[in-house]
Order: sequence, then structure tokens, then C-alpha cells
Amino acid sequence: MIDHLRYSTLKPSRLSYFLVLLFCAVFVGIGGYSALTMEHAGHIITGMNNHIVWGLPHVFAVSLIVAASGALNGASLASVFGVSHYKPIARLSVALAMSLLVGGLLVLVLDLGRPDRLIVAMTTYNFRSIFSWNIFLYTGFLVIGAWYLWMMLEKRFNRYTLLAGRIAFAWRIVLTTGTGCIFGFLVGRNALDSALLAPLFVALSLVMGTAVSVLVMIMLDRWRSVLIDKQLLDSLQRLLVWFLLALLYFSVVHHITNLYVSEHHDVERYMLLGGLSLTFWLGHIVIGVLLPLSLLVFRSASVSDCKRLAISSLLGLLGGSALLYVVIIGSQSTPQDLFPGKTVLASTFGDAGFPAYQPSVWEWGLGFGGVALAMLLCLLLLRILPLLPELRASLTASPE
Amino acid sequence: MLPNKAQAARRLFLQRLGVFSAATALPALLSSTVDAQSSTKGVSSAQRWGLLIDTSKCASGCDACVRGCHEEHGINSTGNEHTDAQWIRKIDLQNNLSGQKSSLPMMCQHCESAPCVDVCPTGASFKRADGIVLVNKHTCIGCRYCVMACPYKARSFIHEPISDQKSWAPRGQGTVESCTLCVHRIDAEKDQQPACAVACTDEAHSAILFGDLNDPDSDIVKAMANQPASQVRSDLQLNTGVRYVKL
Repeated sequence: MIDHLRYSTLKPSRLSYFLVLLFCAVFVGIGGYSALTMEHAGHIITGMNNHIVWGLPHVFAVSLIVAASGALNGASLASVFGVSHYKPIARLSVALAMSLLVGGLLVLVLDLGRPDRLIVAMTTYNFRSIFSWNIFLYTGFLVIGAWYLWMMLEKRFNRYTLLAGRIAFAWRIVLTTGTGCIFGFLVGRNALDSALLAPLFVALSLVMGTAVSVLVMIMLDRWRSVLIDKQLLDSLQRLLVWFLLALLYFSVVHHITNLYVSEHHDVERYMLLGGLSLTFWLGHIVIGVLLPLSLLVFRSASVSDCKRLAISSLLGLLGGSALLYVVIIGSQSTPQDLFPGKTVLASTFGDAGFPAYQPSVWEWGLGFGGVALAMLLCLLLLRILPLLPELRASLTASPE
Repeated sequence: MLPNKAQAARRLFLQRLGVFSAATALPALLSSTVDAQSSTKGVSSAQRWGLLIDTSKCASGCDACVRGCHEEHGINSTGNEHTDAQWIRKIDLQNNLSGQKSSLPMMCQHCESAPCVDVCPTGASFKRADGIVLVNKHTCIGCRYCVMACPYKARSFIHEPISDQKSWAPRGQGTVESCTLCVHRIDAEKDQQPACAVACTDEAHSAILFGDLNDPDSDIVKAMANQPASQVRSDLQLNTGVRYVKL
């Protein structure tokens, strides 16, 4: 039956569809207004300063970018690994991945000091910079994603789907590795100077991407009054468990290796016991990993599979963002140790202290604007292109 | 299934979208690349400008170098030290073992292998042939990756509009800046001393010595021959242009 899938565009049938559209449009407007205000007044209206130069917009942008890479899971599993019950969501998976990436990149660009100079970034490259390579990785992801989608949409090109899927799969791994390397290559900052950040980001992308895909899929199926495929539901639950374990593994190894190196002790003390310890332990470890893991492993009969997966995904997303907050903000909140063996008695620019960071409303506005734009773009693609399977209801459906 | 007419319209839309995207991507395909460590016409690598800072002469509580730098480059405090530009700052230290106290100015160390130059996506952060690390204000996009990469916390992002600029020290909201080693003075070839060194001498401390690190007859090289000078974060092997005595 799966081989004879027919796809259609998203038909607006529920009031909640229009409410989501309106909600997203309002937040895109708020995001746009925030960006314009920041562009006009400067970053002085944000909570950022010369200690914390990458703030909340970076947390949103990186969350969206790693989620984009992970959202491609559905398509990769269907095309590259030949898991047939993922085929119905393959097209949606690619569309969602592209939309999330555009949302993330827009936040990143609008948070630049000079977003009007984007053309400079697009035409002048320093190939020693991993940032430059990432520009190619991001634009390349969009091009490959569009090509992949085209191969899936066009019946006569369906035979190229496997090739496109393989290239997209390799590209997304490189992309997330590259994003991790942006942080991992910063040798001057003890909290970031680690090659482990690259695989950590890959694991994070698998968790966040799967989580976003699950939530979007459940929302769409509710709108279309379609029951989610039981086989798919089971598989997604198992996958999320493995991805969460991988994330926990890399996170633990990252901190253990840091604890082994005495020059990183101050940073680790701050991350694990200091200012951001609550975000790390409660946000990343408890909410982001342990709670969803226990929900998915010790399955309670009173909670439906669908609800359990939705809650776990939501928690995984929150926890993933908390981890990125700790990585991005935490690495800047700890003093850079310029003088080993010496104590800084006084500094005219806070060399000894832990700078405070309070994100402003403009940063929240820009960040949520990016999320809303990604959603809006995804809904637009679903509206104009036949990306949703028509026969989902007739697949093996869960009794719920 | 959509009717044929709608399908045809969608195909036309997608075709046009493809043509538009290709046209937009064309500039990127024809783009130029920049070298991370570019040379500059008119400046010779025969020289390498640097500073030697004697921490035993630098007085705690004295910020003449900071004031001198700010006056020279038109850097005015906005009242918020966390967002103010910090081209040069004073740090007081105490040795954990001996308890010995010292004071020193910290600024861009004008590294030979500058991390800020390596990470800059547009090549706006660049190193001149004579070793001075600068920011091209016209191509800096304000991504702040160089601020993240600098091991010395020597770079500042400009958070708000700037007024009363000096013609020799152009600055701009939304871009990054740092110590230029008073490149305008060096290029003018009349008073080659950077403002911080002049201010320190005027204060009778003479803790900052400026000169050509490639010239064996220069005062700076002679001074370095007489007393060991070290680099801050020498473990990173960046070969800094700023060295410290009795660090």
C-alpha cells in the first residue's frame, strides 16, 4: 500500500489551522519589528554587551539550524535506509527541514551588527573561517533539499530519490558538524575548546529534529483527522530514546573530559555548580533527557503513545534549547583565564567577574519570530505542494 | 489530484521561482575570495611593529594609557562599561604563590597567527604585512565571531550610534573594533609612538616601549635582549606582537 501512496496539499479545514497561521503571522510581525528596532537603535537595546556578544538570538538560531538538520531524519530513513513506514512523511520531513533552516538563518542574519551587509558575506569569503564554510553548508542544504523534494515530487525523477537522499544525509551530518565546529574551534575559551562539540551537536540535532517533526506531524494529522501510523509511532519512540541516550553520552563525556583538564575546572564549576547550573541540570539533564527518557522507556498504560511521544518531544526541545543556552551563554559568562597562576585583583573590564546576561524583549521577539517564520514557511510549502500522504488513514492505524 | 490547469500554473510558478533563485545565486558564483592573512600595498613585512610592556614600571591605579588611547581615537564612555569600547584596559594581578602584585595594560596583542583573522567570514579582520591587526569597517558584518575567538578579550562590538569621530579613526555602530597600534601615526611617519606609549611616558612611567621587532638595532629588541619578555597565553603559540616583562 505504501508503494502506491498518493500525496495532496494541505487543505484548511479546521479553525485551529487559521489560528496557527494567525499566531505565526503575528510573531513574524513581532520578529520583524524587533529586528528593525535593533537595526536602528543598535544592540544596546538587547541584553548583550562586550562580555556576552552572542545572546538569545544565537540560541534560537542554532536551535532552529540543528533541528533543521535532524528534521531530515524522516526522509533519510525512508530513502537512504529504506524504512518503508517513514516514506509517507519523507516529503514533509524535507519541507520542514528547509523551513527550519531558513527560520534559523534569518534570526542569525538579523542579529548581525550590519545585516544590510549580507551581500558582503555572500560574495566575500575567507576560507580559513569555519563560518564561511557554514554559509556554503547552509545554502547547499537548501539547494540539495529543494532538489531532493523535486526528485520525490516528480514521478519521472523518482529513481534519483535515493541519490538525492544519500547526498542530503551526508550533507546534513557535515552541516551539523560544521555548526558544532563554530563553537569547538574557539581555542581562547576554555568552555568551548573541544572537538566533542561537533558530535554533541549532531546528537542534539537528531533529538531536536525528531522532536519538531513529531510535533508538526501530530498537529497536521489532527487537522486532517488522520490517525498516526502505529508502526511509525513505535519507531519514532524508539528512535527518540536512542537519540536522547546519544545526547546524554556526548554531554557526559564532554564534561568529564573537561573535568580531567585542570585549566577547565573553573569553567566546569560555573557550568555545573554556578550561575547556569539550574539551566544545565534541570533544563538539559532532567527536562531534556531524563524525563522524556523515563516517559518513553517506562510506558504508562494511562498515557496514549501519541500523547507520550508529543510530551517527550516537547521536553526534548526545551532541554535541547537549554543545553544550547548553557553552551553559548555559559561559555561567555566564564572569565577568560589570561594569567594562569595569578589572581585578577582589579580590572577595568571585568576580567575577574561573571558577567550577567538578561535577554531583552527584542531578543525574545526576534527569536520567536524566526520560529514562527519557519512554521509559516512549512505551512506554505504544504499548502502549495503535494507533500502529505492521502492514504495515511488506511495505513495500519493505532487504536487511539 | 489537482486539475491540469492548476498543475500547469504550479509548474510555471516553480519554473519562475527556479529562474529567480538562479539569478539571485549568480553573484555568489562570481564572488571573489580574500586571503586570511593578506598583505597590504605600501606596507612592508621587513618591519613588524610591536610593544614591550614592563609591568614593574606600570603603576596600579594609573590609567594614563587608557585615557590617552580614548582621547586619540574619540572613544567616549556611554556610562555603561559593559557595552563601551575597550581598546585597552588595565588589569591588576597577584601571583598566587609569591603574592607579588603587578599591573599591566591589555590590548590587542597583534598576533602573527591571529585567531580573529582566521575566523572572520568576510576577511574584514586582517593582518597587515607589518604585523598590525586591523578591522576593515566597510566589510565587517558585525557577526562578533572575532570577539568570541580573541583569547585576550581585546575586541569590542559597537552597540550604539557613535558621534564626534576622529577622521583618522573611523568607527561604526554594528561593527567590531580593537587597538590599531595607532596605525595612523605609524603610517604618517612623523610621530611613530602610539598614544598609549606617549601617555605612559608623559606620566613618567615609561612602561610601554614601541618599536620594530624585526630591527635588531631598535630599542625594543635591545630591551628584549636584556630582560626576558613573555607572551600572554604563550601556550596558544600565537607569536604576539605585544610582549610583557616581569609578567
